[in-house]
Amino acid sequence: MNTITIECLRYHPESDAEPRFQSWPVPFTDDMSVLQGLQYIKDHLDGSLTFRWSCRMAICGSCGFVLNGVPRLGCETFLRDYHPGTLRVEPLSHFPIVRDLAIDQSDFLKKLDSVKPYLINPGTPEKGTFVQTPKQMDEYYQYSKCINCLLCYAACPQYGLNSAFAGPGAMALLHRYNADSRDAGKAERMEVVNTEDGVWGCTLVGYCSEVCPKAVDPARAINQNKIESTKDYFFRFFRK
Amino acid sequence: MKTYTRPMAGWWKRNPYYLWYMLREASCLFITAYALMLLWGLYRLQQSKIQYEEWRESLSSPVSLAFHAVALVLVLYHSWTWFKIMPKTLPRIPIPDWLVVAGGVSGVLVCSAAILWLA
Amino acid sequence: MKRSNKPIFWSLFGAGGMLSALIGPALIYETGFHSQALSYDRALAFAQNGFGKLAILAVISLFLFHGCHRMYHSLHDFGIHVGPGLKAAFHGFAAAGTLAAAVLLALI
Repeated sequence: MNTITIECLRYHPESDAEPRFQSWPVPFTDDMSVLQGLQYIKDHLDGSLTFRWSCRMAICGSCGFVLNGVPRLGCETFLRDYHPGTLRVEPLSHFPIVRDLAIDQSDFLKKLDSVKPYLINPGTPEKGTFVQTPKQMDEYYQYSKCINCLLCYAACPQYGLNSAFAGPGAMALLHRYNADSRDAGKAERMEVVNTEDGVWGCTLVGYCSEVCPKAVDPARAINQNKIESTKDYFFRFFRK
Repeated sequence: MKTYTRPMAGWWKRNPYYLWYMLREASCLFITAYALMLLWGLYRLQQSKIQYEEWRESLSSPVSLAFHAVALVLVLYHSWTWFKIMPKTLPRIPIPDWLVVAGGVSGVLVCSAAILWLA
Repeated sequence: MKRSNKPIFWSLFGAGGMLSALIGPALIYETGFHSQALSYDRALAFAQNGFGKLAILAVISLFLFHGCHRMYHSLHDFGIHVGPGLKAAFHGFAAAGTLAAAVLLALI
C-alpha cells in the first residue's frame, strides 16, 4: 500500500487570522478518490477538517476543490494520479472561505436567482402536455446538465476580479432556459445578459469550459449571447 | 459570518492555462504597435519620397527585425487562438466546431498566400 | 440595470481581430522581411487607388480598435481599476489613429 502526502488549507475563523496549510501522510489504494483521502484524514487523523461532499459520484456538485491549482471534483479525481508528490487541496477559488475547505456560495445562489432559472409562461394544464422534438431538446440539453458545482467560478478569473459578474454557471443556466422551446422569458432575462456584468464581463478565457465535469460548456453559452446582445443593441430601434 | 477572501494578485501565474491566456492577450500590444508603425509609414509616404524611403530603410534595422520577429510569432498565436475560439461565439449552425476552425486556418493560409503573391 | 455599450466596441474589436488574424501574419512578414516590395512608387500607387485607401484605412483603424480594446481589458486582468476615463482614453486613441490615417489618405 502506498502513502501520499495530502496538504490542506486550514482556516478556523474563531482562532485564525488567516489560512495556513497542514499536511498528513495518507495510505491509499489505486481505487481511492481524493474525497476518500480527505475522509480518511477526517476519520483517522484530524476530525476537525471541514469539507462538503454527498453523492460520491459527480452528480451532486458538493465536493469541488482546487487540487494542485486545478478546480476538480474530489469524488472523480484519484490519489494515484498525484503520487508520487504532494497533493495540495484548497477550497474553490474566488469564493470567501467559511471554514477549511468549505466556501460561501451565497453569491452564486444570488446570481442563479437573478437569471430566473425556470420556465417562464410555458402554458397551462388546460393546453395539454408539452410537445418537444428531439431537435428542440438538443438546443438546450447540454446546458441542463449543470450540477452547480462551481468549478467554473473557481476557474474564472473575471469572477475572481469582479464578483458582480454573473459568472459562467449562472449564464449557462440562463441560456438553458432561453434555448428551451417551452420557455417565453428571453426578454425578461435580456436585462441580465446585456449589462457589463452579464455577457460583457467575459473575456473568453475559456477555462470554465475546460474544468466543467459535465461538459456544459458555459463559455459557449455566454459567448453565443454576445452576438444576441449585440443584435439586440443595434436592432432595438427597428423593433418598436 | 466571518469569512476569508483570498487576494487575486498574481492569479495568472498560478496555472499554465492562464499563462497562455495572458500570452494571447499580449498579442494586442504588438498589433497596436504594428498599426502605429504603419500609420507612421503612411505619414512618411504622404510627406515625400525621401522621407518614405528613410522609413522603409528603418524596417531593416535590428530593432525593427526583432520587433517583427516577435510580432509575427504573437500574431500567429493570435490567429490560431482566434479561430480555435470562434466556434464558441457562433450561434448554432450545422457546421461542426473543427470545420469552423479548419475554415479559419484555411482563410489565414489563403490570405497569406494572396498577399505574398501580390507583394 | 444599465444596458452596456459594449456591443459597439466589441464589434470593432471583433472586426479587427478577424482582419489581423487573417492578414496580420502576412503583412508583418512583408514589412519585416520583404520590405523591398514596398517601394515608394508601388506604395504611393496603392495609397492613391480607391481600394488601396480603404484597405490601408481598414487595417490601421481596425488593428488599433482591436488592440486598444484588448489592452484596456488586460489592465483589468492585472487588477488595475479601469473606469470610463481609461475606456475613453483607449478607444479615443484608436479613434484618433483612425482619423489621422483618414486625413493622410485624403491628402495622398
